[in-house]
Amino acid sequence: MARLITRRKLLLGIAASTALAGCDSRAASMFLAGMGRWNERVDRLLFSENRLAPEAPASELTPEADFPNYFISDSMPIAPDNWVLMIGGMVARPAVYSVDDLMRMPRTGMRIRHHCVEGWSAVAEWHGVQLREIAKMVGASRDAQYVEFRSFDNGYYSTWDIESSMHPQTILAYGMNGHALTPEHGAPVRLYSPVKLGYKSVKYLTEVNFLPMRAGGYWEDQGYDWYGGV
Amino acid sequence: MAGSGLQIFAAYPALGPRGGLYSWYPLQNDSPPSWLRFGGWLAGARHWHFAIAWFLIFNGVIYLIYMIASGEWRRRVFIPKRDATNAIAMFGYYLRIRKTPPPEDFYNGLQRMAYTSAIVFGMIVVLSGVAIYKPVQLHWITAAFGGYDVARVVHLSCLVLLASFTAMHLILVALHPRTVVTMVTGGQRG
Repeated sequence: MARLITRRKLLLGIAASTALAGCDSRAASMFLAGMGRWNERVDRLLFSENRLAPEAPASELTPEADFPNYFISDSMPIAPDNWVLMIGGMVARPAVYSVDDLMRMPRTGMRIRHHCVEGWSAVAEWHGVQLREIAKMVGASRDAQYVEFRSFDNGYYSTWDIESSMHPQTILAYGMNGHALTPEHGAPVRLYSPVKLGYKSVKYLTEVNFLPMRAGGYWEDQGYDWYGGV
Repeated sequence: MAGSGLQIFAAYPALGPRGGLYSWYPLQNDSPPSWLRFGGWLAGARHWHFAIAWFLIFNGVIYLIYMIASGEWRRRVFIPKRDATNAIAMFGYYLRIRKTPPPEDFYNGLQRMAYTSAIVFGMIVVLSGVAIYKPVQLHWITAAFGGYDVARVVHLSCLVLLASFTAMHLILVALHPRTVVTMVTGGQRG
C-alpha cells in the first residue's frame, strides 16, 4: 500500500513545526489568546438560557462556616446606612433600590453548587430577585449586550455577557441559607449565579449598568478568563 | 497538560467539597512540588490547560479513527479471551516465576493490556475533564461521574495512572533499547 505521508515525513514535519513555535513568549501569548477566544466561542455555544443548574439535595448543603468568603479590602466591607443599589446605563428608567424595594419584588430561591476557579465546590441556598425581572422594570435596551456590576469592596467589579445575566438563576441575592446575607458573603446585596465561576459573582453591590460594550473586571483585568462560564 | 493541571490543582490541593473533604485521601492540602507545575499561576495554567486540551482531543480522535479504519486495532487491542492467559504468563515471566516468556506475535498479552488501558484512561481523563470544566452546562456528564468533586478525583487519578504507565514504559524501553527503532520506523510490515 502506498502511503502519502510516511512516518519519516511526519516526524520531520513535527520537528520543523516545533522549532518554528520555539518557546518565544510572544508566540506563546498569541497562541493562548487565540485559543482563549476559541474557548469563549465554545462556552457561548454551550450556554443555554433555558438550561438550569440542577438543585442540590439538602443533604449536600455546606456548613456555612466552611463556605469560603473573601474580599479585596483590608477589612470586611460594611455597607453604609444609606446604602442603595443603582441600576443604570442603557435603560429607559434608571432606578435606585433599597433592600426593602428588592424584597417587595418577586422572590427567587435556589439551592445550588458553587464552583470556584480554584477547584473547590460548596452548596448554599440563595434567594433574591432575578436580574431579568429588574431589566424588564428599568427597560434595558436591546443594544445593551453587557452588564457591569460594581461594588463598595475597594473597586471590585466584573462585567457579564447579557445572555448569562438574563439567565433565570442569575439573581441579585439578599439572602443565604434562609437568613439575610451576612457581610462575609456580600451584604446587603450580591450578584449570584450558578452559570459562572465564583469570581464573576460580585458581592457588596452598588451599581448594575447595562452597557453596549464589554468592560473588564477585577480578576479578569489580571488575566483570568473573562467569560468564566461553568 | 499534566504540569498545568497540577498548577491548577495547587490552587485547592484537596479532594472533596468544602466542609466535606474525603477522609481516604492522605495528602489533603499538600501542594504538588513546584518543579512538576507549569503555567506560573492559576490563571496562566488554566489558559494553557484549556488551550492544549483541544490538541490532545484532536490527536486522540485522529488516532482512534485510524485504528478503527485501518483495522490495526485487531492486533493492538486487548481482547481478554485471546490475551488474558498470555498476559498472566508474561507477568509471571517478569516476576521470575516463569523461566520462559510466552509466545508473542505483534505484542504480547501484557503489552496489549497496558496499551489498551492507557487509551481507556486517556478517554476517561478527557471526559472527566469536561465534567469539571462545564459542570453546569454539561451537568449530565458531571452527574455520570457521580458529581463535580468525584469527577475531579477521577480526573486526577487518571493523571496518576497515565504517569505510572509512562514511567513504566520508559523504564522498559531503557531496558530494551532496540525497541526504539521499531517504534519509530513502525517495524516490519506484515
